[in-house]
Amino acid sequence: MADFVMETGEGGNVFDDTALVNLARGGDANAFGHLVSRYERKIYRLARHITDSESDAEDVLQETFLKAYEHLDGFQGNSKFYTWLVRIAVNESLMKLRKRRSDRTVSLDEPSDNGEEPMMREVAVWEGSPEEQYSNEELRGILEKAIQGLKPAFRTVFVLRDVEELSTEETATALDLSIPAVKSRLLRARLELRERLTRIFKQKGEDVLAYL
Amino acid sequence: MLTCKEFLQELSDYLDETIDAELRKKLESHITECPNCWVICDTSKKTIQVYKGMEPQNVPKDVQDRLMLALQKKMAAKCGKVKA
Ligand SMILES: [Zn+2]
Repeated sequence: MADFVMETGEGGNVFDDTALVNLARGGDANAFGHLVSRYERKIYRLARHITDSESDAEDVLQETFLKAYEHLDGFQGNSKFYTWLVRIAVNESLMKLRKRRSDRTVSLDEPSDNGEEPMMREVAVWEGSPEEQYSNEELRGILEKAIQGLKPAFRTVFVLRDVEELSTEETATALDLSIPAVKSRLLRARLELRERLTRIFKQKGEDVLAYL
Repeated sequence: MLTCKEFLQELSDYLDETIDAELRKKLESHITECPNCWVICDTSKKTIQVYKGMEPQNVPKDVQDRLMLALQKKMAAKCGKVKA
């Protein structure tokens, strides 16, 4: 994944994350501001996806950048700045979830129905492409609602892998999970979302047999 | 031929293209003969694509303002400590 670069306006210089982090460490407030504007949208989206709450997501957004600023000196240059931010944001988001619910449904470690076969009731092709069938706003609504129907253990993995596009290894590190655990949860999450979306996007009145 | 269950177990890695050529061949021969798995594979691929195509929205203005304010406060406090 290529980080997009930003014009700083100072002689048209373009700084990558590492350069901005170094400047910010040296006390350049603008440099940190650039990092915030580069990633605030993704961090806010991630927090909303995991917490399913706008007010919690706002808290997570603030805490993430405040903590990142505070611990900038502890940031190891050997990981990507964005991955480091995501780790902070994921931890903050999970804390919010755990605080909100006293029961154990938030556990990221052991989904109660682990190992169960995902249901495969909807085997039907889709009607054209969803991007053409729905407005951006409608589509966004459909996709977000489908994600919120997943258990936190599954949706967190899905959001990191398929929305934020972290690698399997980065996801495993961010969530403190093994690679096989990330893979099995990702498969499960993808199949569940496929099921939900197919209910909405399938061709009306047809099933796969019509295509044989 | 692989069973449908075996096929589904490898589906994620197949879609992510992280499997070796030999297994890939087996999976591909399964979907040419099993229409159910073909549809599941196709709609899973589209599910992933549609999520990857989703652009992050802008942070609402009031949320952003409060973030900036919190950061400025933090920075002022940090600078104060260093220079004092
Ligand atoms: Zn099959």
